[in-house]
Amino acid sequence: MAWHRKILRVNLTQGTCTAEPLNMEWAQQYLGQRGLATKYFCEEVDPKVDPLSPENKLIYATGPLTGTMASTGGRYSVVTKGALTGAIACSNSGGYFGAELRFAGWDMIIFEGRSPQPVYLHIEDDKAELLPAENFIWGKSVWDTEALIKQRHQDPLMRVSCIGKAGENGVLFAAIVNDLHRAAGRSGVGAVMGSKNLKAVAVRGTKGVGNIHDPKAFFAAVNAAKKVLHDNPVTGQGLPKYGTQVLMNVINEIGASPTRNHRDVQFEGASKISAEAMHEKRPTDGKTHLVTNQACFGCTIACGRISRIDETHFSVRTSPQYWGANGGLEYEAAWAFGNANGVDDLEALQFCNLLCNEHGIDPISMGATVGAVMELYEIGALSKEEIGFEAPFGSAEALIKLVKMTAEGEGFGKIVGLGSKRLTEKYGHPELSMSVKGQEFPAYDGRALQGMGLEYATSNRGACHLRGYMVASEVLGIPYKTDPQATEGKPELLKAFQDATAVVDSSGLCVFTTFAWGLPDIQAQIQAACEGDWSLEKLNLVGERIWNLEREFNLKAGFTAKDDTLPPRLLKEGCKTGPQKGAVSRIDIMMPKYYEVRGWDANGVPTPETRARLGL
Amino acid sequence: MKITLKLYATLAAHLPAGATRNQIELEVPAGTTPADLARQYNLPPRLTHLVLVNGHYIPPEARATTVLAEGDVLAIWPPIAGG
Repeated sequence: MAWHRKILRVNLTQGTCTAEPLNMEWAQQYLGQRGLATKYFCEEVDPKVDPLSPENKLIYATGPLTGTMASTGGRYSVVTKGALTGAIACSNSGGYFGAELRFAGWDMIIFEGRSPQPVYLHIEDDKAELLPAENFIWGKSVWDTEALIKQRHQDPLMRVSCIGKAGENGVLFAAIVNDLHRAAGRSGVGAVMGSKNLKAVAVRGTKGVGNIHDPKAFFAAVNAAKKVLHDNPVTGQGLPKYGTQVLMNVINEIGASPTRNHRDVQFEGASKISAEAMHEKRPTDGKTHLVTNQACFGCTIACGRISRIDETHFSVRTSPQYWGANGGLEYEAAWAFGNANGVDDLEALQFCNLLCNEHGIDPISMGATVGAVMELYEIGALSKEEIGFEAPFGSAEALIKLVKMTAEGEGFGKIVGLGSKRLTEKYGHPELSMSVKGQEFPAYDGRALQGMGLEYATSNRGACHLRGYMVASEVLGIPYKTDPQATEGKPELLKAFQDATAVVDSSGLCVFTTFAWGLPDIQAQIQAACEGDWSLEKLNLVGERIWNLEREFNLKAGFTAKDDTLPPRLLKEGCKTGPQKGAVSRIDIMMPKYYEVRGWDANGVPTPETRARLGL
Repeated sequence: MKITLKLYATLAAHLPAGATRNQIELEVPAGTTPADLARQYNLPPRLTHLVLVNGHYIPPEARATTVLAEGDVLAIWPPIAGG
């Protein structure tokens, strides 16, 4: 079985919590988590709905392997129509919350409507109730919210997933944070949650996940897969020791590190903010920035970073609440606050990351939007008076002020909180928003890596690296090395990556396992845990079905082939330095082939044959 | 001639004394290849994964035949990944 076969429907308008049976026919077609939640969402929500209206829904979903003994089996996803993008949103998170939700006996929670007053959902096994958040946790930070809920319910083992001030204040790239520093980060899922007057989900489960289809086979498959992770130098050594931040130097060396709002592709300060720098002793206190690594539920990789900020740094000198060990820096956050703004102050970057954890903000969109502010300031489109202070590239002080103002919804921070697309339009330079479908790029340049450019342009949730991580092949040589500038073969490879990732995101497992695991390693675990046929052939079809379902939602929401593109800077301005010097994105060459291998027509619409083949 | 050697992640332990921030400038004889330097600094073959000269990837079969030039930057990583 693996699935509990039970979902919780929460009508926030009426204040009701109702148990429903899981649609097992859909579970056989979409597996769980990202895929199954997207199926429910597409069946129940008008694609043209305003993301911040009561008619939008918000789904918390686990996969069939969430909470099991499978390595990394702690994932959950939040599916909704993204506040930042207006596209289908699926933001995934690790930590311990997802497993706890499964321990309580639920596969999924569907939130609908809008509560008349701020509330939080409290779950204790089968019992689910909405409780008042006003005069309790509304207005509080993520960190205080978790502490207060645990205190009120006298349960230190309770797991909390919540929004901070950013979600309450309508920051369009607000995140949902669980376990203090793990986040469903992208596309503004936190803003949707805030618009529903829903502050938190607090869950305690004591049931476990015992309904495995073939426990003996599952035990064998899980153990074999864990050995693969252990024996692989990436998942067994590199990620635990250096975390994702190990990419900082290599991406810079190959000239694919977007710098100063993508003006440049190499950052002269990269080595100062890298994984290796986090292992160096600071001159101020003789301590390393990095304290230890940390694992999410059931994970045998443990890539997470736990760091301690320098107490003497100007950002925290008088704020001891930030001095303890805390989450970060991960590569994306280090890049977004660092390279994207030309800031090489490691402690400042960690402070901005802490602010994002504390207030529930996506650090990628946050940092990248500040990059747009700094470029607008430098070209004179934004004045010191409008911002409230000078904001040139490289200013750690300006960066920190802008993040604080955005979190608090103060002054110019309200405009920053709209994201780079709306901000650059307001000041007459929409071409300076480094985004696709309204969502800001992560830490890889789409000109320097042709496959990543195509990945960004076609990602269903807007610019994102986690929908088909072509960096693996184009830079890291996983599963095999390809030339970053080659266009031939990239559409086919990208489709394979996108479909496989959709399967992983629907299983309860972490996509980082795929640096070592092939789909057969994952298939063996799913087949043993879940009833029915979960052959490789079927899983590939499930992944493709999910991708096309998301695509169809976006088409119905109003997106067209014209939105499958990149900012003009990436199409016209060549890389200025490094080994990819002169390169621009060639999505013009790759897109027709991509549509063809997807089984879409020239307008990017799935053909009737494709729809029939996938059962859409 | 002078070249710059950069070793990252777990390979940093193989850098000679005097290296700072994962790199060191070296005087090497003409004709030196990436494979020569990998041997000289005892880089485990299994961990000599990403080999870049001036940012360009050098595939395994070309590491013993690619001759370094004055001012080149040779950077090497073990198998790594992130996201």
